Amino acid sequence: MRQITYGEAAIEAITEEMEKDKGIFYMGEDVGRFGGGYGNTKGLWEKFGDERVRDTPMAEAAIIGFALGAAVTGMRPIAEIMFCDLLCLAMDQIVNQVAKIHYMFGGKVKVPLVIRVPFGGLRRAAAQHSQHLEAWFLHTPGLKIVVPSTPRDVKGLLKSAIREDNPIMCLEHILLYQRKGKVPEGNYTTPIGKAEVKREGKDITVISYSLMLHRCLSVAEKLSKEGIEVEVIDVRSLYPLDMETIAASVKKTNKVAIVHQASLTGGVGAEVGMRITETVFDYLDAPVKRIAAQDVPVPFSPILEDFVVPTEGRIEGQIKRML
Amino acid sequence: MELDKQFLLGIYEKMVRIRKFELKVEELHTQSILPGLKHLYIGEEAVAVGVTSCLRDDDYIGSTHRGHGHLIAKGGDMKLMMAELYGKKTGYCKGKGGSMHIADFNLGILGANGIVAANIPIVGGAALSIKMRGTNQVAVSFFGDGGANEGLFHEGANLASVWKLPAIFVCENNQYAISTSQLKATAIPDIAQRAKAYDIPGHLVDGMDVLAVYNAAKKAVKRAREGEGPSLIECKTYRFRGHYVGEGSRTFTYRSKTDLKKWQERCPITRFGDILLREGFLTDDVIDDINRKIDEKIDEAVRFADESPYPAPENALEDLFVEEGTS
Repeated sequence: MRQITYGEAAIEAITEEMEKDKGIFYMGEDVGRFGGGYGNTKGLWEKFGDERVRDTPMAEAAIIGFALGAAVTGMRPIAEIMFCDLLCLAMDQIVNQVAKIHYMFGGKVKVPLVIRVPFGGLRRAAAQHSQHLEAWFLHTPGLKIVVPSTPRDVKGLLKSAIREDNPIMCLEHILLYQRKGKVPEGNYTTPIGKAEVKREGKDITVISYSLMLHRCLSVAEKLSKEGIEVEVIDVRSLYPLDMETIAASVKKTNKVAIVHQASLTGGVGAEVGMRITETVFDYLDAPVKRIAAQDVPVPFSPILEDFVVPTEGRIEGQIKRML
Repeated sequence: MELDKQFLLGIYEKMVRIRKFELKVEELHTQSILPGLKHLYIGEEAVAVGVTSCLRDDDYIGSTHRGHGHLIAKGGDMKLMMAELYGKKTGYCKGKGGSMHIADFNLGILGANGIVAANIPIVGGAALSIKMRGTNQVAVSFFGDGGANEGLFHEGANLASVWKLPAIFVCENNQYAISTSQLKATAIPDIAQRAKAYDIPGHLVDGMDVLAVYNAAKKAVKRAREGEGPSLIECKTYRFRGHYVGEGSRTFTYRSKTDLKKWQERCPITRFGDILLREGFLTDDVIDDINRKIDEKIDEAVRFADESPYPAPENALEDLFVEEGTS
């Protein structure tokens, strides 16, 4: 199978869908001729022009609000917010408007809107350009959230998201854009709300997503040489959450850790962990463990940031302590 | 008068309809029949009616927390509105929205909105969609003097102008953002002055004069339909009630009885009615007839709402998402 980068796979998904449906257009900061902050829209403007690939002012609330207004009046916009951190500038439009309009108006209007959000620390970008704020949106009923980890899934999930009539946030780790992986040719989608068991194991379940998933897979590989078999699950969607796959795995391994790059308190790990205790508590042989970033703003100096974010060493150590 | 008699009577009738609907809401709310928050449009009727009288059925409007007037002016069904205010299953939003969240997309009503100024970018997006689809519609955003001080106004007006979108920004300046006077909250006397910053026309009109509003809106609509871009219209108006039903005497902590009385003497309905009487378009008998018919309609709306069933509690769990495969 061919290998392409995560960034290329995402662009392929958008291109294919835009070619099929004239109602789809793309808007955001520097997404046109410049090709996106990380080359993540490279080639779209050349193919679709100013009308369908729109550079916007630095006005995040307007980006989301205009996209929403277009979505409820017959278009199918993809709105990009250049950094997860900048979602803060559009919070009203996302939380009070996008997430609520379908429900609040009694289900009478559909909101076919994709919010594409590059995110992720470990780029030495410090406290305002490194955050993982996914838990905020998980806490907002009315939004679906996908967090693809591989080139194959970013393409498949974006295609599913673009075709759906609900608002969906797609959070893409900036450090994954250059990572290559196998991507099938042709038309395929990845279902939203389905996790994937990336590696089978019997000793412990590790649940993760995005960049941290790859750290977990490296750790699992290493531990397997020591005779420890880690089952690694890529949740892929935070909402809806595939509890079926998670529960089946925990029933098998009886131990579970959740790993994410977002800070610990009130994070995705808290929600997933609590759901596990509510549904399969009787199968647990050890308390559910969260392995997450420390509860501080992301610091700049590499030595500080590396201390805050879960490293492979920390993940490995925590897993071993549970066995 | 240049305008057609039936058209003028229609304008009058709509303003009375809004006034009477709001008086009924006030009465029902005060009797604790209606739950929740209500923000009445009484005194500001000329703005909604003047603007919407220039619109086609397929044009869009975005409304505010004080939205009943906009909805009625755009053709909203008073029965479905009243049922929504009661929290009934038959209401516009099946009881999920209430006073601040009524929408009717079939009538181009993109929704009332509980967040100040939040409809501005949404209306901007509807205008973008119009331009991309090439449908020659226009999209109108209503907001207040309070909304004009939100960043959303700046972001929305700027982008709509940059992209030359068929949007019309209507600031209904009732002079108080809840209790804070515009004089204390806004650096310039007239919000219409802000139009210069976006390189768009800014119209300053007497919001108690429905024809003045109509004439300004007509220019803005023409400009929008011709692809020339957005306009800003500021309508100076006044709410005859508190910010919300239940404000009571606290309303006089920030404005005087004299001022209220002065503005009530400029009531847009009486004023326009007097013109029509003078022109011979209206007689006392016709006024009585209009009043009676509207009263009947409102009674009918109340009866419909009152007799309608409440939603089942578990209906609260429906409508979170469009189910896949249903669209």
